[in-house]
Amino acid sequence: MARFGMVIDTTKCVGCMDCVVACKTENNVPEGYNRDWIVQAVNGTFPTLTMEIRSERCNHCDNPPCVSCCPTGASHVHDVGKVVLVTKEECIGCKACIASCPYDARFIHPEGYADKCTFCIHRVEKGLDPACVSVCPTHCMYFGDLDDPNSQVSKLLASRKHHSLLPEAGTQPRIFYLT
Amino acid sequence: MYELTTTRTNPQIDPSLHIWGWEIPVYLFLGGLVAGIMIISGYFIFKGRYKHSYFSCFYLPHISLVLLSAGMFALFLDLEHKLYVWRLYTTFQIASPMSWGSWILILVYPTLLATTLTRVPPAFQNRIRIFDRMSAFITRRPMLVKNIGVLSMIVGAILGMYTGVLLSALGARPLWNSSILWVLFLTSGLSSAAAFVHMITDDVYERELLAKADNGFLIFELFLFAQFIIGLLSSTQAHQAAAHLLLSGPYAAVFWVFVIGTGIIIPLIIQLLAVNHKVQHTPVAPIMVVAGGLILRFVIVYAGQYSHWTTAGM
Repeated sequence: MARFGMVIDTTKCVGCMDCVVACKTENNVPEGYNRDWIVQAVNGTFPTLTMEIRSERCNHCDNPPCVSCCPTGASHVHDVGKVVLVTKEECIGCKACIASCPYDARFIHPEGYADKCTFCIHRVEKGLDPACVSVCPTHCMYFGDLDDPNSQVSKLLASRKHHSLLPEAGTQPRIFYLT
Repeated sequence: MYELTTTRTNPQIDPSLHIWGWEIPVYLFLGGLVAGIMIISGYFIFKGRYKHSYFSCFYLPHISLVLLSAGMFALFLDLEHKLYVWRLYTTFQIASPMSWGSWILILVYPTLLATTLTRVPPAFQNRIRIFDRMSAFITRRPMLVKNIGVLSMIVGAILGMYTGVLLSALGARPLWNSSILWVLFLTSGLSSAAAFVHMITDDVYERELLAKADNGFLIFELFLFAQFIIGLLSSTQAHQAAAHLLLSGPYAAVFWVFVIGTGIIIPLIIQLLAVNHKVQHTPVAPIMVVAGGLILRFVIVYAGQYSHWTTAGM
């Protein structure tokens, strides 16, 4: 069974927000809400500073606390690619999943259910890339099966220096940033 | 320096998490208070005080039913998808404390009903015949009464623990991520319940006993607060930053003045003087304890949402 993940090359990302616009358009994300977003991280002491621009979203963790804390089973791991999804008809809007996510990747949709990135599973199931990946003008985003050693994402992770977000939270995120 | 600039502007998430307003602290407080009342009334029933002409447990289960229902209504108000609330009872998610909680609440209501029937108060007698018959059935069997008392204590303890576990299971919020929280909330619930019964009872024995018990709970609560803070300070940078929210940060004033000061230390001094017959028993100290218990839930829920892994620096 596939285990989908994403690799983002921060040395190519310019923070143009095309991925954000593509996501909002593809998934009808309500005005004022974001399923993905751009973060600019500045680190160091002046004048020795480093800057990383990265596109962030739900990390579709291997150990997702949002799934384990959900009282109704609305938050679940999908059969296809082990993508973390929410069944909106089962969500009561208790917000435990939002509180449990160290990445603050979820929000309450104006219709009352928890919402977040789906890796565009409706596109992926048709053999397409997620909308954010497909529109990136610098081709800094890669999507694929982390369990397949021949996939582009696996090869990039094997050959390039990378990091994930908050590994100390123990959620085993599946989005990796090349540095 | 490590500085993050984000384009994300999700309501209730940015700039800092605030998904739970007044409803959740009120629910946790009322849940803890009812848990404490169930333990106290269960103990009184177990010890046979239901045979006395007056005892506060005549009324405690009735009051608990109202308080618990008010707490659950507050929880209901917090839900964003209210019409789907029944979904809680179509499944049991073993890893979800909230799922456990919703099923525990199903146990609490019949337990409260059983304690209610241990002895029907005079004002309710001869009104509903089936209740009188059930009450007569129960009171004719002393062992059954004792078992109802034990059941009330056990279910109350589970309910009280759950109010803390609900938060401590959320590892993404460093302030809540403490194994002390469940015992702290259980003790606070017991303390608030003892103060509440102390406040409403007309019986001298019960008032003296509960004032003494409350003094013990308050002292133990101070010890637990020390453990809670020490545990956070000796953990990761994120947990240390969370502790400083209470010690010297934006929630410090409320925490020190209303939770520790007027919620524990001042009522403890007043009640110590009262049980040693230096001053009269008045409702002042119990009111301060109950208010302190409510404010504790507000501080922990609000500051916990504010605490975050990334705010500690990377």
